[in-house]
Amino acid sequence: MWSSCWTYSLNLSSVPGDGDSQSRWCLSQVKGAVDDDVAEADIISAVEFNHSGELLATGDRGGRIVIFQQEQESKNLPQCHAEYNVYSTFQSHEPEFDYLKSLEIEEKINKIRWLPQKNAAHFLLSTNDKTIKLWKISERDKRPEGYNLKEEDGRYRHPSSLTTLRVPVFQPMDLMVEASPRRVYANAHTYHINSISVNSDNETYLSADDLRINLWHLDFTDRSFNIVDIKPANMEELTEVITASEFHPLQCNTFVYGSSKGSVRLCDMRASALCDQHSKLFEEPEDPSTRSFFSEIISSISDVKFSHSGRYMMTRDYLTLKIWDLHMESRPVEIYQVHGYLRSKLCSLYENDCIFDKFECCWRGDDSEVMTGSYNNFFRMFDRDAQRDATLEATWENGSPGCPLKTWRVSAGSRRKRNEIGVDCLDFSRKILYTSWHPQDNIVALATVNNLYIFQEKLN
Amino acid sequence: MDVTAEARQIMVQALSKLYSSRAQRGGLRLHRSLLLTLVMKSARDIYHSARLTSEKKAQADTHSVTENTSQTEEPMDTTSSTTTPLRATATQSTEDGQRSGLEGHSHLHNPAGLTVDKENCNPTRLDRHSRKRRSKTATDPDFLPCKKAKLEFVEARGILQSNAANCGRALDSLSLVPMPRTIVSF
Repeated sequence: MWSSCWTYSLNLSSVPGDGDSQSRWCLSQVKGAVDDDVAEADIISAVEFNHSGELLATGDRGGRIVIFQQEQESKNLPQCHAEYNVYSTFQSHEPEFDYLKSLEIEEKINKIRWLPQKNAAHFLLSTNDKTIKLWKISERDKRPEGYNLKEEDGRYRHPSSLTTLRVPVFQPMDLMVEASPRRVYANAHTYHINSISVNSDNETYLSADDLRINLWHLDFTDRSFNIVDIKPANMEELTEVITASEFHPLQCNTFVYGSSKGSVRLCDMRASALCDQHSKLFEEPEDPSTRSFFSEIISSISDVKFSHSGRYMMTRDYLTLKIWDLHMESRPVEIYQVHGYLRSKLCSLYENDCIFDKFECCWRGDDSEVMTGSYNNFFRMFDRDAQRDATLEATWENGSPGCPLKTWRVSAGSRRKRNEIGVDCLDFSRKILYTSWHPQDNIVALATVNNLYIFQEKLN
Repeated sequence: MDVTAEARQIMVQALSKLYSSRAQRGGLRLHRSLLLTLVMKSARDIYHSARLTSEKKAQADTHSVTENTSQTEEPMDTTSSTTTPLRATATQSTEDGQRSGLEGHSHLHNPAGLTVDKENCNPTRLDRHSRKRRSKTATDPDFLPCKKAKLEFVEARGILQSNAANCGRALDSLSLVPMPRTIVSF
């Protein structure tokens, strides 16, 4: 699929427009096939910038990982950041079969997490439902030449022709990017892995499934330590599962996990070996006036992310984004409605299974803005400081190229005006579940079903 | 009654989603199964409490709306429904909390003015999912559709249990890997 990858780049130009309906964001690139017929294997299931923002990794349902690299800043286009181009493609996970349970294990990549860079090579963790792998991505741009016993093509020289000795030297070659699996962490999860998170100590990481969280040391694949276990003695009494988990960005002893009941627990690994007792419980009491058949489903946390500062944390449930101050457990400090107009449509969304969609969310590098995806290929940006939000669309069918994106509004009913769309016209098959924000610059990457979109903020 | 109809539809859909998720690639998703089970339970509870309220109201109104009642006996669910289960149901609604509440024939004695459920007019569909509620000492004849529906629900619940049982067995295989926690849990 990625061989038919194409790039659609736009040059920024200053176009005057009404400030209200225009955002600062512009489409930079689109990656992926353009045809409507999407193979299941090509559906993107993970998007993640590395810690410098130079590399952008995507995973798909076929178990493949594609890494894009930002080109060196180009001097002729100072008003926009450099493009991302394919750097490496490899098959991370293959489908497997669990013979004991007679179940197929999907190769779909659930999460990708980069390790902070320590040397010339790049390392990332990728996981499917059952197995986590550590991949090393390294460049090779020289090779040794001038062997004594071998010809350049590898054939061995005749011993009688050896009359002199020489030292092989490194000669430059065409750049080759190699990905090799350095560790495979398997057989530690009975249920489906939903999260992995690298610790700030750069030595350990956690992996979470529906009922358990395990702590690993990166160097050891034959053992992991269970730190959270919420499996009840009798499975019939099961009321809650773990849905997302993350280490604190600065405190290596702290992590959080979100649950299907809408609560988040913060745990301190110094307190005990098994963190079943939480240190803090972040839970907002349910508003009885909004109670419906689907209250439980829509309150399930689909993603939890710490702010870069480590002071706040953000949770995503089906309809809202909530920002929590870690010092206050009773209620979030900010609540953002992502697509509140769907509240009256929950029955249909339950029917077509959309109500089970799990949206991710992400912070801007300086924590001043947050972002998450929605339906109809819309994504939502929330400016925390200015208390402003915008609805933007990820589409390459841009009417006016080079312009900043226009913001959208969703209205009740089926009205359709310019940059306004009725709730009944939304396309629920086009959804943005996976998003990632560049750690320093204002570049966001998000995945529609099979395309990767990269948006940049205007620099001037 | 809108709430009753909606509740029943939700229960029916939850069951079919649970059923079809068994064939899903990658195995049963615990999170999704749990949410569906919770939705089904809450819909069932709301359904029963709504029906109880309506039955009480119906008993109060029976002598005044006997004519209209016969009109509301629409051919909704003609195969497995009789008048006797309804009475049996009313007495069992409290003790039968654990079993399936997929009633398909609740509208026989609706007081006049309440909307008849036209959503699930398909008798075949109702056959599969409707289930006559019976007490433990009931001597009602075994209607084939009811038995099938009951099996389906029990099967569906067994999905979660068997998943747990399977996982329990899987833990045995994990004992080969020296993980302190799993060893302790034996």
